[in-house]
Amino acid sequence: MTLKKVLVSCLGAAVLGGIVAGGGAVVAQSNEQFIPMLSYRVGPYAAGGTGIFGGFIDYINLLNERDGGINGVKITYEECETEYKPDRALECYERLKNSGPTGASMFNFVATPPVYATMDRTLEDKIPVVAIGYGPAYTADGRVFPYIFPLVTTYWSQNTAKIKFIALQEQCLAQYPDLEGKPDRAAQCFEHAKKGELQGDGLDKLKGKKIVNLYHDSGYGKETKPILDAQAEKYGFQVVYIPVPHPGNEQQSQWLQIRREKPDWVILRGWGVMNPTAITQAARIKFPADRIVGVWWSGAEEDVVPAGDAAIGFIAAALNPAGDQFPAIKQIEELLYSKGKGNMQDPSRVGSVYYNRGIIHGVLNTEAIRKAQEKFGNKPLTGEQVRWGLENLEITEARLKELGLEGVMSPIKISCADHEGGAPVRFHQWNGKQWVLVSDWIATDQSLVRPLVEKEAANYAKEKNLPIRDCSKES
Amino acid sequence: MIYRECGQFKTSYGSDQAIFPIPQDRWGVMLALLIAFMVIPAIANEYWLGVILTPFLILALAALGLNILTGYCGQLSLGSAAFMAVGAFAAYNFELRLPGIPLLLDFVLAGLVAAGVGIIFGIPSLRIKGFYLAVATLAAQFFIEWSLTKFGWFSNYSSSGVITAQKMVILGYDFDTPLRKYLLVLSIVSVLALMAKNLVRSETGRAWMAVRDMDVAAEVIGIRIMKTKLMAFAVSSFYCGVAGALWAFAYLGTVDAQTFDLHRSFQILFMIIVGGMGSILGSFIGAAFIVLMPIFINLSAHALFGNAIRPDLLSNMELIVFGGLIIFFLIVEPLGLARLWQIAKEKLRLWPFPH
Repeated sequence: MTLKKVLVSCLGAAVLGGIVAGGGAVVAQSNEQFIPMLSYRVGPYAAGGTGIFGGFIDYINLLNERDGGINGVKITYEECETEYKPDRALECYERLKNSGPTGASMFNFVATPPVYATMDRTLEDKIPVVAIGYGPAYTADGRVFPYIFPLVTTYWSQNTAKIKFIALQEQCLAQYPDLEGKPDRAAQCFEHAKKGELQGDGLDKLKGKKIVNLYHDSGYGKETKPILDAQAEKYGFQVVYIPVPHPGNEQQSQWLQIRREKPDWVILRGWGVMNPTAITQAARIKFPADRIVGVWWSGAEEDVVPAGDAAIGFIAAALNPAGDQFPAIKQIEELLYSKGKGNMQDPSRVGSVYYNRGIIHGVLNTEAIRKAQEKFGNKPLTGEQVRWGLENLEITEARLKELGLEGVMSPIKISCADHEGGAPVRFHQWNGKQWVLVSDWIATDQSLVRPLVEKEAANYAKEKNLPIRDCSKES
Repeated sequence: MIYRECGQFKTSYGSDQAIFPIPQDRWGVMLALLIAFMVIPAIANEYWLGVILTPFLILALAALGLNILTGYCGQLSLGSAAFMAVGAFAAYNFELRLPGIPLLLDFVLAGLVAAGVGIIFGIPSLRIKGFYLAVATLAAQFFIEWSLTKFGWFSNYSSSGVITAQKMVILGYDFDTPLRKYLLVLSIVSVLALMAKNLVRSETGRAWMAVRDMDVAAEVIGIRIMKTKLMAFAVSSFYCGVAGALWAFAYLGTVDAQTFDLHRSFQILFMIIVGGMGSILGSFIGAAFIVLMPIFINLSAHALFGNAIRPDLLSNMELIVFGGLIIFFLIVEPLGLARLWQIAKEKLRLWPFPH
């Protein structure tokens, strides 16, 4: 009986504590800029969540530790576990949107569904949502979506680069047929391309080829269908769409279908457990791994290591290269990890693909705040002001070098109309131990993407009765 | 003492057949409604109304739907989330294809479509029982999720299969703030809960319980099994369908088929197991436990430990504590939390003179 009483009173205290914490806003401190961290450290996508948010938080702590924040404004953050569920993410969004002296600067969900769920809310709350390398592609039209920033490269843009990469491989194979089936084909082709020996971009070689788009059967997975269709029509290749139901650990029938289709290439739009499963199944039907090109949510160590040797040769898009050779990451190791202040539980993951993507999150978030400070002063800024910073964000090669992150991403420039930046994409290949780059930065095909973006955004604006901003009047 | 029927005489059929025959219950429900409608809107902020109470009420409605089927009629189902999806997509499509349709009618139609689908997937229940039926209803879960993703028509050919719910307007009044949405959801849930309470006392409800307790005996005393079971599937799916429509319209705003995955079905099933099978109150208590407890644990863990514990450890700890609590409550009260309330009532009857 007494034990029961103790347990019940403990429970009561916990609930009460929760109510107090939820109800009362945290007392604001001055001169602090607040960034909410909607992380997911448990659940099926925890490998991505711990890496990206670990890098993100480490970068912010680096700025605080080394420079005392951004121009003297300390950056604070609070984590909220979303478990990669949209309803939990929404709860975290509402919980943290008013934290800090000026409210949340911006939200990074690192998940597509919450971006959809907050598209309308952002207009009222006036807090930008930053979706680096994910989210609905049509939100890149800043005239319709003033608060959504699918920075760097959307899935549509990325897909155009992917087709260009495949074309380049075809061109290389047409010129050097003996490379066919060689394990180092992609690397050799990269060498030839670097020397300028490839005659043309190979897009004409795509005619008559067959590409399978193996996708996660969700909003995220289906996203690239319109752009792939447009490209197939333009270049004359054939696309076969094969869905994989969530979470993707059952793919036998899909790969049997691929064996029947005999495609030249497979595009893997996977996420989480779907990736190693696809790679293993490909090996089972003897489909060469170096003819599978993954999206950048299939291109991390966590996606290939479980597949073992089957993954050797697998190619994926790289939003960022892996490696801890960058000076800023060296500083993180010195200033944070040597003192036990690092965020990663396993320090050996510092410099992994997801970790470096977290660093990019940190760079883009803080650089946007820095940009906004130029206009509004070195003080804590509101979401609305940070939005201006995002919209006028420009990251040059020189700036990246200053930050000690040269080569970790390509330079981008955001504008009122273009919330994406359309940055080029690189590709890397898994050699069994690490990811090796096998292409230069490949430009995306905005002539194909942009009209589609504008069309879908206009549709959305019409359906929702949203105004379309006139960008010539923005300052 | 406080809670005693003794001395309360029923002098008319009306008072004998009232939903809440004891005044204490009647006043208790009135008080709860008064608090929900008047006090909470006055004191709660947008965070509470928008992302705590609204989803709680909607999932309570879905749990209520499943409770009708599983708790009252004894048919185990793992397809609740799929019926929610049907409701959400039906409501969206009615609004889209019949512009200007009244919102409440839209929700009712959505519920009816879900009911129709529920009847179809209820047909196997005529032949198979228990755990085997649970497996058969899994088919509903997978089939509906698949077809909503596969056929673009349902999502108006949206490239990602995600639908964005239209605005909620009733007679020119726009339900756009969290407070208004909360009140709308609360009204719908209250009305439907009251209807459910009434329904389970009616001939239909008694037939359900007879089938649940022993279907052969029920058949012998003249209850038509087919009609009764399919009715339970229809009513249950109607509730789930309305809950799904509310989930899309009043809570998330945008949904896709994956919003209503198997995980959600399990969640709803756990709600009625923890809350109490065959109890209207249990659906609400169970929903409160499953929806609110993880958030409370999260908030209190942050408040208590803050930055003292590694965040990944904290996240995992929340799950451990939550799992522990489920086991704790199931051991303490295997019949569900609603049973605790019943025991409390029994005790109140004797208080302060227990014998």
